[in-house]
Amino acid sequence: MAAAGNQNLSVGRLVGKLVLTVAAMFGFGFAMVPLYDVFCEWTGLNGKTGGQVVYEADTADIDLARAVTVQFSATNNAGMAWDFRPLQSQVVVHPGELNEVKFYARNPTAARVIGQAVPSVSPSAGADFLHKTECFCFNQQVLEPGESIEMPVRFFVDKALPDDVHKLTLSYTLFDVTQNFAETAQGIAN
Amino acid sequence: MATGHAEHHHGPATGFTRWLYTTNHKDIGSMYLWFSFAMFLLGGVFALVIRAELFQPGLQFVDPNFFNQMTTMHGLVMVFGAVMPAFVGLANWMIPMMIGAPDMALPRMNNWSFWILPFAFTMLASTLFMEGGAPNFGWTFYAPLSTTYAPASVTFFIFAVHIMGASSIMGSINIIATIQNLRAPGMTYMKMPLFVWTWLITAYLLIAVMPVLAGVVTMMLFDIHFGTSFFSAAGGGDPVLFQHVFWFFGHPEVYIMILPAFGVVSEIIPTFSRKKLFGYDSMVYATSSIAFLSFIVWAHHMFTTGMPLAGELFFMYATMLIAVPTGVKVFNWITTMFRGSISFETPMLFAIAFVVLFTCGGFTGLMLAIAPADFQYHDTYFVVAHFHYVLVPGAVFSIMAAAYYWLPKWTGNMYDETLGKVHFWLSFVGINVLFFPQHFLGLSGMPRRIPDYALQFADFNMISSVGAFLFGFSQLLFMFIVLKTVMGGKKATAQVWEGAEGLEWTLPSPAPYHTFSTPPAVK
Amino acid sequence: MLPSLSIKPTPAVHSGRLRALAAGFALMFASPALLAEWGINMTEGVTALSAETYSLHMLIFWICVAIGVLVYGVLIYSMIAYRKSKGAVPATFNHNTTAEIIWTVIPFLILIGMAVPSTRVLTQIYDSSDSDLDIMVTGYQWRWQYRYLADDGAEVTFFSNLATPPEQYENYEGSLAAEKGENYLLEVDEPLVIPAGKKVRFLLTSADVIHSWWVPDFSVKKDAIPGFVNESWVRVEQPGLYRGQCTELCGRLHGFMPIVVEVKEQADFDAWYAERQAAAQRISDAASQTFTMEQLMAQGQTVYNTYCMACHQANGQGLPPAFPALTGSAIATGPAADHINIVLNGKQGTAMAAFGTQLSAVDIASVITFERNALGNSVGDMVQPVDIVQAQAQ
Repeated sequence: MAAAGNQNLSVGRLVGKLVLTVAAMFGFGFAMVPLYDVFCEWTGLNGKTGGQVVYEADTADIDLARAVTVQFSATNNAGMAWDFRPLQSQVVVHPGELNEVKFYARNPTAARVIGQAVPSVSPSAGADFLHKTECFCFNQQVLEPGESIEMPVRFFVDKALPDDVHKLTLSYTLFDVTQNFAETAQGIAN
Repeated sequence: MATGHAEHHHGPATGFTRWLYTTNHKDIGSMYLWFSFAMFLLGGVFALVIRAELFQPGLQFVDPNFFNQMTTMHGLVMVFGAVMPAFVGLANWMIPMMIGAPDMALPRMNNWSFWILPFAFTMLASTLFMEGGAPNFGWTFYAPLSTTYAPASVTFFIFAVHIMGASSIMGSINIIATIQNLRAPGMTYMKMPLFVWTWLITAYLLIAVMPVLAGVVTMMLFDIHFGTSFFSAAGGGDPVLFQHVFWFFGHPEVYIMILPAFGVVSEIIPTFSRKKLFGYDSMVYATSSIAFLSFIVWAHHMFTTGMPLAGELFFMYATMLIAVPTGVKVFNWITTMFRGSISFETPMLFAIAFVVLFTCGGFTGLMLAIAPADFQYHDTYFVVAHFHYVLVPGAVFSIMAAAYYWLPKWTGNMYDETLGKVHFWLSFVGINVLFFPQHFLGLSGMPRRIPDYALQFADFNMISSVGAFLFGFSQLLFMFIVLKTVMGGKKATAQVWEGAEGLEWTLPSPAPYHTFSTPPAVK
Repeated sequence: MLPSLSIKPTPAVHSGRLRALAAGFALMFASPALLAEWGINMTEGVTALSAETYSLHMLIFWICVAIGVLVYGVLIYSMIAYRKSKGAVPATFNHNTTAEIIWTVIPFLILIGMAVPSTRVLTQIYDSSDSDLDIMVTGYQWRWQYRYLADDGAEVTFFSNLATPPEQYENYEGSLAAEKGENYLLEVDEPLVIPAGKKVRFLLTSADVIHSWWVPDFSVKKDAIPGFVNESWVRVEQPGLYRGQCTELCGRLHGFMPIVVEVKEQADFDAWYAERQAAAQRISDAASQTFTMEQLMAQGQTVYNTYCMACHQANGQGLPPAFPALTGSAIATGPAADHINIVLNGKQGTAMAAFGTQLSAVDIASVITFERNALGNSVGDMVQPVDIVQAQAQ
């Protein structure tokens, strides 16, 4: 019977380890979420441009010899009723130089709507090199019925942009997130 | 035969409660096998609805949304209801006998592992009758089609997946605990039958990835009901993240569905070649390599999602690499037959067909691994042909081979050999008429998951549909053969097959309700 | 003549194809164009990269065939030569380390041989820099939208909808049934037009679920993902029409959102583009015109069939609960202002999109008038484009 007892113990220990493994892999599945974000930011893939960057005007070293075209594009997610478009379709900039373009948005509906713009840079290899110092995509935008707004984006192209990249496209997709903020809409508007 | 401690050494209970409460691995194995066969027929009916609609261009029978429900449910039922439970059933029946153990390590959990499955699948099948219909977003359920745009039944789908996952995880824990602890003295790891080895490795794969599937459907649940944005860009999430997490589960999952098949074929071919399996050690290492590699190739399902070049190249190279250990296995099976003494009973016919047709699926898999070429294959019928070749004449044929091989041991009766061969040939012809033309459809431009198609695809679709009905109805013959064998037939000996080796063939046929209560001596 | 995806099988070709099938292997040595035309093989396509992709495909294919011949050869030989019924006595060998090493190393080397050209072609496909023209391709349920990114003049943007009428694909009986056209399910109302000989970059995204844009003749396939922008590119020398389909399950009408690309010589493209810019201006001007009931109903029918019928059905009965009926509905028979509002702005939390951002004022006015006076409704009022413009201006 001792052999059976040892066997039970060894089965029990193994089962315990396996259950822990199951729990760990479940946690790993969830850990993949932040890991994915970290990986995206590190490699710049998915065109994620990262957050707000500060522009050091006095130490900026503008590369006047190089010109990069930056195109702008706006897409509404289905169900987003705003009139949303860039006021300039493209600009030609020098790396290191701070630029500003404006996007126009108008809420034609009869209700307050909260919008969230999500940026994407193409090619994704260039995403690492387009730095935004100010962007309407950093926050949600609240527009009352009939209200319109011109929203600025301030950015500069990093001088380290690879030499073979001459054109970048900055696209925004605008989502209607009013329902996500039902209770806090008043707070944001204030 | 063993006598000994009396407490639980009696025959089976009587009546329906025998099956409800049994902790006997043979009973549970039989229940898994019958359940999986019922699911195979259900999933097959869904497939016939699909192929009926695709018989000719135009929408003759179903609404496109219902068609999407059929393709989704066909995939879910076949993967989670037919193939996986069938292999678990074979594991339950055979592993204890093959290693000289009296039962599985955790018999009561074994019962629970089975019984939650009919519950889960009843719930899943009932979604067909819910408002909004059954899940219609493909068995791969990409977000946001499966979150923001899903029918109400998606919540039941998630619940069913959790239950099926729990069943698989519990089953795998049981299998690992059994194999690692209950082997008869003298049966070292490198003396275990290859079917036991492949299941040990499969069980580890299951433990590793089923929880990730549970994670991804939980994230879906949160996105749908609790306002999170795992897979929605609006909240800072990403639909492609869904694909990464899903395929991290999904790719090992397809190896989970084929490794036990490799094990079955590795038992059958030596028996009917009357020659030991060639390269046993190599086969163990190859299977382990395949399992390891299966973790690092997932994004070959995502070549068109816009991954950076370095990522695409890595996944392309890693995927191509899997061809090496897989090839090693095929070479070893053929070398087992080479200079053997071969007979062609039904199990052997299915096993040889497996080697030929699975290899065909392996070739198309290698073609798919080439990322730039994949841009022309991805989401077309070329992929459908590939995975059906590895799953149907692959996994399913191995299950049928196993059934014919071990039915005499389970029932004590020989199956009708002539009928078995008829079933084989009908299935073999049917399967190739059904799936081979789909390679052409994909190459010439037909996308997958569409209920209607342009005219140039008409001929091969018609041929494929004919094959589907031939193959589908042939499985009714299989059911007849199995039932007939259960009920009677020529009496089987303990050895059954002249060339068979292994502990299970030392037991009488049918195997007694309790076997190896005292462990055998293994040299 | 270019290999094309749109050959209707005439009886002669039909039986020719069946003969081809019977001939089997011999056909593998027929020309690539012929095999593609017979629907057996991938197309070589019309770009340098599509030809490279085809060559890569065939290289891997032939390597697999060679390995298959070898492997199946040994298997078939064994099945014949070592049958027990012919008295074969089994050998006893069951391992050989040298063999294992050989048949591990040689396949590995073959794989390296495959990986080199594959890497080269993939790297070329990924280089979308220095394009001459950039086009934003947006996937919707269930159509594509094309927007030409340009610096000057009015933006050219339009939707590209399936043009095959439902009489051809719905299983109507009797007089309603219609024979399927040559380009059944592969035709659109407005094709994408691009210039020949220029590098055209596609920026792909989606307004709802994941779609995928595929044109086999270009060997371009890229997923359109909501909230993200993917890139692809093409340079086509040969003018012509090239057809493709959505290749990612995107809901009910996934199989009904084809792609047609018309490649024109540069001069023709410039003329077409200028005309489209002028047309955009005309459409915008038309918003101030007044139309007759007949005009509104006719245009409304077209718009309804293209944009509304998928969900609300041809008879207006809808597919409740997801897609409400329009027949007798409170909105379609009630105040026009509410009807205008829901078509313009959609309904949050449902599948009803905000068509104000997709359709012109003329189209919206027409379809609303149609919905109120057809589909079993007979409200009797008309909605003019100027009403739409006013509603949008608030």
